[in-house]
Amino acid sequence: MNIARHADDGLARVWGAADQTQKQKGGGGEASSGDADAGSGTKKMAKKGEELKDEMDNLIDEIDEVLEENAEEFVKNYVQRGGE
Amino acid sequence: MPLPSVIGSEIEYGITVQNDRDFDPISSCVLLVNAYQDADEPEILWDYDQENPLADARGFHVEGEKYTPNQQENIARNKTLKNGARFYVDHAHPEYSTPEVTNVCDLIAYERAGERTLEQARRAATALLPPDQTILIYKNNSDRKGNSYGNHENFLIARRTPFKEIVEHLTPFLVTRQIFSGAGKVGSENRGSPCDYQISQRADFFETEVALDTMVKRPIINTRDEPHADREKYRRLHVIVGDSNMSEVSTYLRTGATSIVLALIEDGAITKNVSISDPVRTMKQISHDPACRREYSMEEGGRRTAVQVQQEFLEMALRYFSSREVEPIVKDVLVRWQRVLEGLADDPMQLHRELDWVAKKKLIQEYMAKRNHSWDDPQVHMLDLQYHDIRPERGLYHLLERRGQMDRIVTDEQIERAVSQPPDDTRAYFRGECIRRYADSVFGVNWDSISFNLGDDPIKRILMNEPLKGTRVHVQDLLDSSPTAADLVRNLTV
Repeated sequence: MNIARHADDGLARVWGAADQTQKQKGGGGEASSGDADAGSGTKKMAKKGEELKDEMDNLIDEIDEVLEENAEEFVKNYVQRGGE
Repeated sequence: MPLPSVIGSEIEYGITVQNDRDFDPISSCVLLVNAYQDADEPEILWDYDQENPLADARGFHVEGEKYTPNQQENIARNKTLKNGARFYVDHAHPEYSTPEVTNVCDLIAYERAGERTLEQARRAATALLPPDQTILIYKNNSDRKGNSYGNHENFLIARRTPFKEIVEHLTPFLVTRQIFSGAGKVGSENRGSPCDYQISQRADFFETEVALDTMVKRPIINTRDEPHADREKYRRLHVIVGDSNMSEVSTYLRTGATSIVLALIEDGAITKNVSISDPVRTMKQISHDPACRREYSMEEGGRRTAVQVQQEFLEMALRYFSSREVEPIVKDVLVRWQRVLEGLADDPMQLHRELDWVAKKKLIQEYMAKRNHSWDDPQVHMLDLQYHDIRPERGLYHLLERRGQMDRIVTDEQIERAVSQPPDDTRAYFRGECIRRYADSVFGVNWDSISFNLGDDPIKRILMNEPLKGTRVHVQDLLDSSPTAADLVRNLTV
């Protein structure tokens, strides 16, 4: 789970932020290829773009394999009684 | 000082049977609950004598009929499990209540153990049906036709904490926390204004600020006052506004941050009034704004976004804990809470690995783009529903998880352990171990009691008024030195 380590990594930042709200670009992890070697950067981006596209196509195909048939009928018939 | 954390959740699942034209939810639920075979599952009553769902936290009792099934019906509808959980039929839904736990990681492990229990029961019950029929179960909160079923979180708090303060301070937190805990929904219902996609499954169903009801005119703050513990000392806050989450991170932040805010309220550490002018309407408006950009009127004047309201709570929490010893899990919740709020302020769609409503929205939008569908198409509504399908091989959340596209909080091993073993550190340990060791002598169970049938003697009921007693540390020696239930009762009373 590594909760403790994860917490310590982020902790200084968290306590620091108690006094000042800091704006930070979160997640994603895309490298900015702006000023480095423009040629290889573009190639890398294109390759990464292709990988992402393949991965998405693959996901959509997998969804089609498992998605219930007769979606219209299925969702129409999905009626629940209120609960709680 | 706030009380040590004791939490638990109750989750109602959606159920249907494919190709069954005479589908009756109640008999399907009874079939489901009874098909769950934990090898030697004993017949144990749920002890309704201990329940009082009509007591109100504001100090009065509501007139009404308490539901008490007869003995046979009781056993058919209730299973108390060896892990200390309750798996049962509630109205027309299967429901799983986790055992009491002390932290949100354990809560996730037991919630997900519940999903596995339901899946095992679903397979076993389906095997008893004609070959073309399949029971399907969804961990969501709406049929998109105006019917909702719940996800209730429970937090043990000190009775001395004034209920008025809970209402005042917790309401703006609960109204806005959906930005990280919403499970996402295509369209709106219950006379909600039309939309393509909204953040929360449940926001359309909340109509009032404070009340006892859970089934009609649902309130943001539920006043049920049924502590299942010493009522002089404790209150069990019953939070009913939440969505059921598939994503572990959404559950983690939802219940984790709520626990933190409640600790602050109990300790008088809410130093800023962030009350929202019209909480019921705002809750629906927030749900309808997936960009998370809209601003809402505050009671003290000015306008804030939902993210800004959450940031106010986070900052109060950071100040509070900066001068205190903090448990690792609480620290980690604070860290993730902050990161997620930063992400939401920047671009919510980058949180597709963490949050249910974002993961589902991204998946649907990619599918729509590739297959030329619009928000009105039945395939899109099917994707919305099937995201919550508990079958590992067909559920779309499970598909994302299998592909490594969802962040996790607990491991599969922790979940597997939680299926069969109670938590060590609450009274659920005693409950679960009694069921495991003395199954044939256990007569009835409730959260705060367990009773034994020892043959000729009258039924012996053992009260468990303290949720943090009956732990492994407290009772293992007692249990080990009591080979039979009669020995246990004798050892307890000498």
